[in-house]
Amino acid sequence: MAKIVKTIVITGKGTNCEMEMAHACRLAGSDVVDIVNISELLYGEKRLADYHFLNLPGGFLDGDDLGSAKAGAHRIMHARVAVTGEPLYEQFSRFIQDGKLILGVCNGFQLMVKLGILPGLKGEYFKQTTTLTFNDSGRFEDRWVYLKVNDRSPCIYTKGIRGAYLPVRHGEGKFITKNDTIMKQLHRKNLVAVQYCGSGYSEPTMEYPLNPNGAYDAVAGICDETGRLFGLMPHPEAYTHRTNHPRWTREDLPEEGMGLAIFKNAVNFIRNGNF
Amino acid sequence: MAVKGEKVNRIEVGFRKGVRDALGEKVRRRVVEHLRINVDEVKTIDVYTVEGNLSRGEIKQIAEGPLTDPVIQSYAINRGLAGDFDWLIEVGFRPGVTDKKDWDPRKGVRPYVPKVVGEDRPHVDEIDLNVGDESLTAMSSDRVLALSLPEMKAIQAYLKNPAVVEARKKVGLGDRITDVELESLAQTWSEHCKHKIFNAFIRYENEEGKETVVDSLFATYIKGSTKEIREAMGEADWCLSVFVDNAGVIRFNDDYNLVFKVETHNTPSALDPYGGALTGIVGVNRDPFGTGKGAKLIFNTDVFCFATPFYSKPLPKRILHPRRIYEGVREGVEHGGNKSGIPTVNGCIVFDDRFLGKPLVYCGTAGIMPSRILGEPSHGKEIKGGDLVVMCGGRIGKDGIHGATFSSEELHEGSPVSAVQIGDPITQKKMTDFLLMARDRGLYRALTDNGAGGLSSSVGEMARLSGGAEIDLEKAPLKYAGLNPWEILLSEAQERMSLAVDPGKINEFLALSRKMDVESTVLGRFTDSGKFHVRFADRTVAYLDMEFLHDGLPQMQLRAKWLPPKHREPGFPEPDNMGHALRTMLARLNICSKESVVRQYDHEVQGGSVVKPLTGVANDGPSDAAVVRPVLGSFEGIVVANGICPRYSDIDTYHMAACAIDEAIRNAVSVGASLGHLAGLDNFCWCDPVQSDKTPDGEYKLAQLVRANRAVYDYTKIYGVPCISGKDSMKNDYQIGDTKISIPPTLLFSVIGRIEDVQKAVTMDVKKPGDLVYVLGKTFPELGGSEWFAQNGFIGNHVPVVNGEKAKKLYTALSAAIRAGLVASCHDCSDGGLGVALAETAFAGGLGLSVDLSRVPCSGIYRDDYLLFSESQSRFVVTVSPDHRDRFEEILKGNTFACAGQVLAENSFRINGIRGNRIIEDDIRVLKEIWQKPLKF
Repeated sequence: MAKIVKTIVITGKGTNCEMEMAHACRLAGSDVVDIVNISELLYGEKRLADYHFLNLPGGFLDGDDLGSAKAGAHRIMHARVAVTGEPLYEQFSRFIQDGKLILGVCNGFQLMVKLGILPGLKGEYFKQTTTLTFNDSGRFEDRWVYLKVNDRSPCIYTKGIRGAYLPVRHGEGKFITKNDTIMKQLHRKNLVAVQYCGSGYSEPTMEYPLNPNGAYDAVAGICDETGRLFGLMPHPEAYTHRTNHPRWTREDLPEEGMGLAIFKNAVNFIRNGNF
Repeated sequence: MAVKGEKVNRIEVGFRKGVRDALGEKVRRRVVEHLRINVDEVKTIDVYTVEGNLSRGEIKQIAEGPLTDPVIQSYAINRGLAGDFDWLIEVGFRPGVTDKKDWDPRKGVRPYVPKVVGEDRPHVDEIDLNVGDESLTAMSSDRVLALSLPEMKAIQAYLKNPAVVEARKKVGLGDRITDVELESLAQTWSEHCKHKIFNAFIRYENEEGKETVVDSLFATYIKGSTKEIREAMGEADWCLSVFVDNAGVIRFNDDYNLVFKVETHNTPSALDPYGGALTGIVGVNRDPFGTGKGAKLIFNTDVFCFATPFYSKPLPKRILHPRRIYEGVREGVEHGGNKSGIPTVNGCIVFDDRFLGKPLVYCGTAGIMPSRILGEPSHGKEIKGGDLVVMCGGRIGKDGIHGATFSSEELHEGSPVSAVQIGDPITQKKMTDFLLMARDRGLYRALTDNGAGGLSSSVGEMARLSGGAEIDLEKAPLKYAGLNPWEILLSEAQERMSLAVDPGKINEFLALSRKMDVESTVLGRFTDSGKFHVRFADRTVAYLDMEFLHDGLPQMQLRAKWLPPKHREPGFPEPDNMGHALRTMLARLNICSKESVVRQYDHEVQGGSVVKPLTGVANDGPSDAAVVRPVLGSFEGIVVANGICPRYSDIDTYHMAACAIDEAIRNAVSVGASLGHLAGLDNFCWCDPVQSDKTPDGEYKLAQLVRANRAVYDYTKIYGVPCISGKDSMKNDYQIGDTKISIPPTLLFSVIGRIEDVQKAVTMDVKKPGDLVYVLGKTFPELGGSEWFAQNGFIGNHVPVVNGEKAKKLYTALSAAIRAGLVASCHDCSDGGLGVALAETAFAGGLGLSVDLSRVPCSGIYRDDYLLFSESQSRFVVTVSPDHRDRFEEILKGNTFACAGQVLAENSFRINGIRGNRIIEDDIRVLKEIWQKPLKF
């Protein structure tokens, strides 16, 4: 079914990975890719309802000064669209109810978690049950990590992927749940879509620097129960071509980078689905 | 202090029991490692003070909502969260820092609001300049004007000019100068802004007593060389804007231009390493951003010069420990770069204990802009009389006042910490997001940044394009009341740009600004009156002729005298154990891995990283240069590299500069750049070269500066690499009491170039067993100023001498071989010479090497240690697949090179000496570990 796929990439207030995220969406085949400043949403010039695929890129929303993406989450929860007075969060809420796709990377993942739209257990969105906090090392780090994909996860983004090698670039990426019960539910429902692991993509690891931040259970990314909302700390948009790979000058690598599959899965899901 | 009737609440937020406090642990580590105080545990608590008439319920809502992470944190309102502790240290914003605190176990710390409270009573001083020379000199120093007596007298004379007095009368000013005018002149005429030494008239005497004159180093050597290179390129000239704007502009391709600038922020970083360096990076960001019609920022490159972080002698007064400088600067640049979303793609750290006097913090930023914007070329600037003066971004406060003048002085007892501004990258990011949008809609005509000198500098400079300006300082948005007009004009508060906006576009501009949550204010208009006219409401507070403001400065007259230093020739024997010597070299600070710093910088954001700063089989080898793709979807790329070698200045700054230029270029060539589309930036950091009581060796230091400039002229011309912009910082000395520390004269040469296809780039790590190891270029006994001599306690005299013609030929051939895909790895030989380059090449690739020194091309060398560690320039270690041997050698024909060994399948690093005996047999894993250890903080 040849459906037009429309993607929105939100930027502004400190977001900084919008260009490469939009590029990845275009490479993945999205027909429309708009980089939209959150001010344009707040002024009612753009609306989420006009898109199928929402991308929340990395960056430092409001400087992460109250903790990563914390102020950004509160803006979405409480800001209203100028003139209409519509709460911005309703646009997000409707987007989720409509079964559309949201991908958050790094600061975008932090935003989804702090908004509580991930993991959104039992469909209870906008309630924070997990968090991403300071790396155990106490420092920002840029390094490439191996990710093991949970093949039983409902996550539509990771379908058909066994593992991925991607960079992390964050200071607050340590995943923690509010309590053990929540962590157990995440595992039971296979919402832990990607975990840090060794170079063989086999076992999840707590060993630094393979697990770069000390994330509990080596969690690198989670999805909701529909599999349509997905957030992860590593940057799939940073590996769309083999020259992004840190060892491309010494390894035989396919032309296409490993991060692109995540975007392709999303675009294909929309093209074949119907909302 | 709280306003009467408004309650102040204090909210404390901390981690719950059982949640690891990684920041507290980091602070503890630093206390133990830096201060050597034993501390068991540190816990952190965030403190927020909220002022306003809020109910108990509302305060709770604030605490629970935006301030606390419900998963891991808990909060306390108006009581202490800290339980059991020995010491409670509160770190606050400046106004509150020194407030005395009382701890009450039930109530915690009493809340207070760190606010600057000033009286709104703007005042303008009028100063009588009709005084004697001594008073003029005292006035300059008392007011931190940093103006010399001839300069003060030029101002005195200006105010006696009847035509000037007449004109001033009409606007209500008398024959006395206002503080606004005097400060504005001091800023415009500061060494920092006017580069007086670089523009001075110099009589230079060489070692034979022969005198030559130089009328401006800048015009003669820097601009002179670029002009000649551009003329030689003729039609093919790809330089677009050089030396006239905030940054240099070159063509990238038909669709895009590149913009590049490097600056230093040394004095602020000495006083406040974090704030100084943070402001350094976000400050230099605004240079390419404020060039032409504005550029999108695509990468940062940073070079730091520090004293050893392991410094253990007593510290001179006011000097911070080098470890604190190191960590503070690193973190400042981390926050400035990462939070702005600009990748830090390349850099280096140089150690020399004389940088104790002043650390050097070089920050560079490149940008890209469409070659045309709405049909107009993007690299030029035009302002019309009648255009509005608009200030955009942050507000004005007392921060950073006198930055331009105090950085034009040595670090002394009274150097004000308050002169250090603290940047906020997010405010700036919002502003740049907005302005790029405004640029693409054609909403402004020109822009420039507010850096040193604030509005005085930005509006004063822009006004030259129209021929004048008239602004009203009362309109300027302030952070708090209590600023006098001169302070508003001079403030270096960050995150601000000044723009020229067509009155017909102003409404649209301001509407977009509001929408993007950025403050913009119309301050006045540009004119063609020939006057820099500043008002505060109705009152004129400054009225200066543009011509006098910008060209009234008398040229400095200086003398330089060159006497080549003579150092003791080293007499140490060749070491018995060469393996041990290599290990020692790998652990030297100037050679060892800088990975812990590199990792903390985002070097990949924007998605175009191709050659990263760390490379090789374990992503930890030291890349020579960076390659990035600025336009995703295209394989055209940019190469950026740096060259810096201050140690050679101990022998001859001419060769120091030549080596810095050669190093930058050969680093770029190593990854695949070609001469022909490479541009340079010269960045001089000198110690005061003006002869005076404080600087009795000023004539020698100035001669060093002349010589370095001559090398820039000679070598940029040979290589055809024009300087497109540059900067100088001339007062890198420390003087308190009898202690004077001057930095070694340092030139950072940075290059930026275009690479046609990034897929042809190569990295420095060996690739496959069986590959052949080539050494390119000839080795001479050039160990003067080398790491090996330094290791043995000598300086020596035979500094590396660059043979530009030969190097150029070799670089051209090597570039061709790389483009042809014949090179598996390429690493340049720099600090530590061939021995270090071979070891790094091997362990970065995770494979051993076997090399015969007897096959390495050399001349006049009879010792293995000299051959291994000589720092002769223009050399490379290259590995080539045996399949490509013939084609590679064919392309290199006519150059000095030799196949000296081969890559091994095992971990063994084997070197045979000149006489054929095995002199080193080591394990590359061990060598790497030794190389990684020293700065693994």
